[in-house]
Amino acid sequence: MSFESLLFYVFAAILVFAALRVVTTRNPVHAALWLVLSFVTAAGLWLLLGAEFLAIALVLVYVGAVMVLFLFVVMMLDVNFDALRSRIRSHLPVAAVVGAVILAEMALLLVRATRGAGTPPPAAGENTRALGRLLYVDYVYPFEIAAVILLVAIVAAIALTHRRRRDTKHQDPGRQAKVKRADRVRLIDLRSGKP
Amino acid sequence: MPFLSAPSLTHYLVLGAVLFAIAVVGIFLNRRNVIILLMAIELMLLAVNLNFIAFSREFGDMAGQVFVFFILTVAAAESAIGLAILVLLFRNVGSIDVEDLGNLRG
Repeated sequence: MSFESLLFYVFAAILVFAALRVVTTRNPVHAALWLVLSFVTAAGLWLLLGAEFLAIALVLVYVGAVMVLFLFVVMMLDVNFDALRSRIRSHLPVAAVVGAVILAEMALLLVRATRGAGTPPPAAGENTRALGRLLYVDYVYPFEIAAVILLVAIVAAIALTHRRRRDTKHQDPGRQAKVKRADRVRLIDLRSGKP
Repeated sequence: MPFLSAPSLTHYLVLGAVLFAIAVVGIFLNRRNVIILLMAIELMLLAVNLNFIAFSREFGDMAGQVFVFFILTVAAAESAIGLAILVLLFRNVGSIDVEDLGNLRG
């Protein structure tokens, strides 16, 4: 068994175990950490497949950003997680049946449908350059749309969770512009009288 | 096919299928906890991405990796908005239990 196949089986075993722990662990913080482990392992598998840029992007974007976001949210919400898991035993049979059926269907398709062609050797070290050329030449329009989607996500996340505080002092430019002279200055007709 | 042979396309596809099935089981197991549901969706997307990259390697076509790139982008946006909605939900309802979220039910 070559080193590459050894790496594949080790990574696959770790990935499956980590994924199982994500869905079965009791503590959501632990679930997020197991999800981090599965993402890192998947990045290793993608490196084995020659997709270097995507593997590094997965670690940077997912482990670095999205999972930190998950951890922040889990720790920010004061939820009684034990109460949420009270009836997990009763869900187990349905979940097992559905999972087994889906796995059986996909395995059936795979056994029947894979073709027996050899894999072409991946271009070593050229992955990032080829992906960049494809992304900025052939797929430049979807790339721009992806950027817009990210912008929309930023705006939506901030707009959803932004809370206006009551105790801060701020200016309202509309009211400032609408001010008339009469609102600010009051002229009083004072007569100069004799003492 | 010997079991521990060198990894081929089928190996990666089977791994993706197992990962996807685990995520589905997770959705059924944690039907009440929205955070774990979001994590299970991330696992599903990871399985799909694994399939895309395996096929991209098998056919020598980089377009599959471009698709994975876009899926990563959309998944990041999805989890950001989903977690924002979750925070808002917890602030207004005081719970993230799916069964408490029946306000739109007629």
